Amino acid sequence: MALEVLNLSVSIGEKEILKDVTFRLERGETTILMGPNGGGKTTLSFAIMGHPKYNVSGKILLDGEDISKLPTHERALKGLGLAFQNPVEIPGLRFSSLLNAISIKKRTGELDMSKIDPKVIVWAGRKLGEVGLDRSFLEREVNIGFSGGEKKRSEIVQLMAMDPKYLILDEPDSGLDVDGIKIIGNIVNGLKANGKGILIITHHAEITKFVKPDKVMIMLNGSIVEEGGAELIEKVESRGYKGYER
Amino acid sequence: MKRLGSPIELEKELKEVMGEKGVDELLGKAKEYKKEIEIRGKIGRDLIEEISKLKKEPKWMLNLRLRALELFEKLPMPNWVEGIESIDVEEFYQYVRPEAQPGEEWNQLPDWFKEYYTKLGLPEAEAYALSGITTVFDSENLVTKVKEELKSKKVIFTSMDEAVQRYPEIVKQYFSRVFPIGDYKLAALHYALWSGGAFVYIPRNTSVINPVEAYFIIGSELEGQFEHTLIVAEDNAKGETSYLHFIEGCAAPVLKRFSFHNGMVEIYAGRNSQIYFTTLQNWGKSIINFNNKRAIANENAHVEWVEGSIGSKVTYTYPATILKGRGSTTRNISVGISNGPYIKDVGAKAIHVAPDTKSIIISKSISSGGGLATYRGLVKILKGAKGSFSHVSCDSLILDEKSRAYTLPRNEVDEPTATVSHEASVDKLSEDQLFYMSSRGIKEGEAKALIVNGFIREVLKKLPLETVSILTKVINLEFSELGGVG
Repeated sequence: MALEVLNLSVSIGEKEILKDVTFRLERGETTILMGPNGGGKTTLSFAIMGHPKYNVSGKILLDGEDISKLPTHERALKGLGLAFQNPVEIPGLRFSSLLNAISIKKRTGELDMSKIDPKVIVWAGRKLGEVGLDRSFLEREVNIGFSGGEKKRSEIVQLMAMDPKYLILDEPDSGLDVDGIKIIGNIVNGLKANGKGILIITHHAEITKFVKPDKVMIMLNGSIVEEGGAELIEKVESRGYKGYER
Repeated sequence: MKRLGSPIELEKELKEVMGEKGVDELLGKAKEYKKEIEIRGKIGRDLIEEISKLKKEPKWMLNLRLRALELFEKLPMPNWVEGIESIDVEEFYQYVRPEAQPGEEWNQLPDWFKEYYTKLGLPEAEAYALSGITTVFDSENLVTKVKEELKSKKVIFTSMDEAVQRYPEIVKQYFSRVFPIGDYKLAALHYALWSGGAFVYIPRNTSVINPVEAYFIIGSELEGQFEHTLIVAEDNAKGETSYLHFIEGCAAPVLKRFSFHNGMVEIYAGRNSQIYFTTLQNWGKSIINFNNKRAIANENAHVEWVEGSIGSKVTYTYPATILKGRGSTTRNISVGISNGPYIKDVGAKAIHVAPDTKSIIISKSISSGGGLATYRGLVKILKGAKGSFSHVSCDSLILDEKSRAYTLPRNEVDEPTATVSHEASVDKLSEDQLFYMSSRGIKEGEAKALIVNGFIREVLKKLPLETVSILTKVINLEFSELGGVG
């Protein structure tokens, strides 16, 4: 079973951002997507998730089911999770309320806000500990006053609450110190061992010190220009992306 | 009667009582019912005399109505609010008496009434949570239930019409003394046509533990409802206090055309008394709603207005407290939601007359789906109100591009030793926030409800538990309707 992206092109207005992107993300495998800034990596993650402002052609199949016409929340409920590179602040909404809502939606498909599940809160307290965040974050408003690294950790906890089949992590290693990257790397390895398909978008591949990729893709100017194994990381690190430019 | 234990139990029970659906949806299409009397015509002396005669009113009340009529004819139509020009008061039936025998027991009323009453969850509220309830249907009170707590404490709780007959001396002393007849055109119209409503008289040194409730229902289109509520708390002696929590609720089934509600609340809070007044305004979308509310607070009295303003086509309401006695205080909390092409023009007034008086005004408005939410407020500190304090805070949340919010506060301070402060904020829900939430499996309507809940959470902490429980439910229902859109 896999997440398949087939001939995906994305434009906003007249501007074409992704051109004919095709790849396959297997369950139980980790794929690294590398490329320079502005190359279309974040757009790819948003397009897979179904961002409403994009014009999209091509197909996205989740375990064989075409999800490319579904609204974002349905894609999420079918098993797609995205950790944002720059998550937005949501004033007034407590982190615990968000986790409670995610968990209730996941289990029942309906959201009854008058129900707070104490088990979710206990679970969330534990998970916060695992990613190195204090329990007091549960009472904080979502992403408000979080440092860059705290946002990355909070994104991972949200994804764990969603328990998706496929995870897209957009720059999970930026803004984190080595210890933080190690924590996230270990979590990713655990998720992979549990059969999740994981796509990690990264600019400078810090996380690959802790995560062994099954596949590496290089994206430039909205296209995937090379696919290979872990050796591609070394190639990029020694030569940069210049070699791919025409 | 069943006593409620802890506040938690009360909340739980009220939650059960409220059921699962929104009021509009709950009542469904308007039911057919027989009307004994319907009056519609030119608003003049003949019409007023006819209504007064029907009610077998004493001469002094007729005279009050006629004085009000005169002022109504003289005063200009207010022009400060949007949407008012579309109202033609002579288009509405000014008085409607349904064919039903008023009484104490709801289950002895006709089936159509029983059905509404049951759907609103009122039998359970009556049985478990309240010390008294009265229900106005169209122009008359149909059910008035006074329970043991009120009887044993000698608290008077009746329909306003009955109070005129049975307690004329008290009514004469306070009726129209808090909210003047000539305040503005629609107040004068209210006094000329008033019918139905609640009257509460709290003797000194008396605290009513369970709330009393008045429920207003409009059953048909093109109807005017002019109910009047008067609450009088007697002056307490030194060291004594008194307490009442009054809840008003309102509902209408789905109507094809509009109806008009022009109600009034007058509160006389005697020395050392504490009056809490909660409105859960959940009229259907066919109701044009004017709610005129005013209180006078005497020495060391406290008046608290809480308004959850959810329904209606347009609502205009600015609960006011006149802080007349030294050390009197008021708090005014409003949560207004304009969800759809509807207008909420709500606010507060605090008039500081005496020294050491204090007012706190908190307004939270939410506009969505093309709604307009306006806060319109006045803080006035007269010269001599030494050491008075006022703080106003207004927060608006706008959920989409089509919707608007305005904040129009006014401060008039003539006393140099007074402290007056104001803060305001506007938050706008962005596409990025919605995309973020939806990537977590939460659809648009649910995301909005979550964010709205967060937005008003702080304010809810300050309210009585029974109010919070009902309000939260109503808000969730309001936004879960949007769920299908996302």
